[in-house]
Amino acid sequence: METRSSSGLDQFCSLLVERPGLTLLDLAGANQSTMGFLTNLGHRVYSDDFLLQMDRCFGDGDFYENQSDPQKAAQFLASALDYPAQHFDGALVWDSLEFLTGPLLENVVERLNNMLRPGSYMLALFHNEERVETIPTYSYRIQDRKTILLAPRGRRRPAQFFNNRSLEKLFQDFESVKFFLTRDHLREVIVRR
Amino acid sequence: MWNRRKEEEKPAPRPIAAQPAQPPPQPVKTQPAKETSPMSSVPIRPTESFDATRAGNAVLGKSVVVKGQILSREDLTIDGEVEGTIEMQEHRLTIGQNGKVRASVKAREVIVLGTLHGNVETGDRIDIRKEAKLVGDIRTARIVIEDGAYFKGNVDIVRVELSKPAAAASASKPSTAPPANSPVSTGPAMAAGVGEIKR
Repeated sequence: METRSSSGLDQFCSLLVERPGLTLLDLAGANQSTMGFLTNLGHRVYSDDFLLQMDRCFGDGDFYENQSDPQKAAQFLASALDYPAQHFDGALVWDSLEFLTGPLLENVVERLNNMLRPGSYMLALFHNEERVETIPTYSYRIQDRKTILLAPRGRRRPAQFFNNRSLEKLFQDFESVKFFLTRDHLREVIVRR
Repeated sequence: MWNRRKEEEKPAPRPIAAQPAQPPPQPVKTQPAKETSPMSSVPIRPTESFDATRAGNAVLGKSVVVKGQILSREDLTIDGEVEGTIEMQEHRLTIGQNGKVRASVKAREVIVLGTLHGNVETGDRIDIRKEAKLVGDIRTARIVIEDGAYFKGNVDIVRVELSKPAAAASASKPSTAPPANSPVSTGPAMAAGVGEIKR
């Protein structure tokens, strides 16, 4: 398992240290490392495997073409993001947004916005290599507040590549978007609701 | 002589009936229960690290379907299907690899190797093993999630109480601890929380 230091995670965790008893959403799939880190800080964690949910809904056939099927998209939203409004104080969505196409992506971001309480943070990661066919996917886990563990999950073709401008547009309904420069090809983004 | 001495040293075999003081083991109560077949008396295959029959607990075999309420006063292994509620607050529930449970569960300890849909409350710990599937909210003191397990739901860690001497000692000190309703724990209770990693 690889590790990488993460300024975005550090920023996200600054909120967690200040205020115990938060309700957090982790879309990387349940794992001992993240669960232990967050619950030891006194928070409640809601876990789901967003990529696995995508594969269940869209994996039979063309993954991206299936996302434009309204019935499948509705089924996905109902199974993966059916949470009450303003339920979470923070969300770890990792790189999952990269594998969603246009209208569904907008719907997902809108739901995330709705699920988060004002003032809360969301951490997202985006690859910034434009000339590659596929990108590595991982199960992201928190080792400590500055370190992410990366458990490989194969490679996938991303739906699109995001630059700073497109990310600002994507999160335009949020209060602010903060980018973190990294030495590798992963752009870290902290979005404040 | 030698043989006789050896025989004398051997402990006398203890028949099961030689324990009159203890009540007979309580079978699993189901209220109401519809079973498509009687409760299995055939030993199930041992799971990865836990042999239910050797431990002497109750077993619902692969072909057993129970709909209703289960109240158990002994450890229970479910390898069949259960729908309803399961309460066994002082004991351990194991959902075997073939087990399919759709129920709210209250137990001292829960080990999931099969499938569980429902909320779980444990006094001690929950152990979600590789290839297990759990959908529901968990309230527990400790949780172990193996890689390869699928879990969807909320985890709420309930901190274990300090042992009596430690609690008494801390009570005599001026209060610097967080309020009782604070989810944050300190000292020994924190160490007893989530910390176990299985891969």
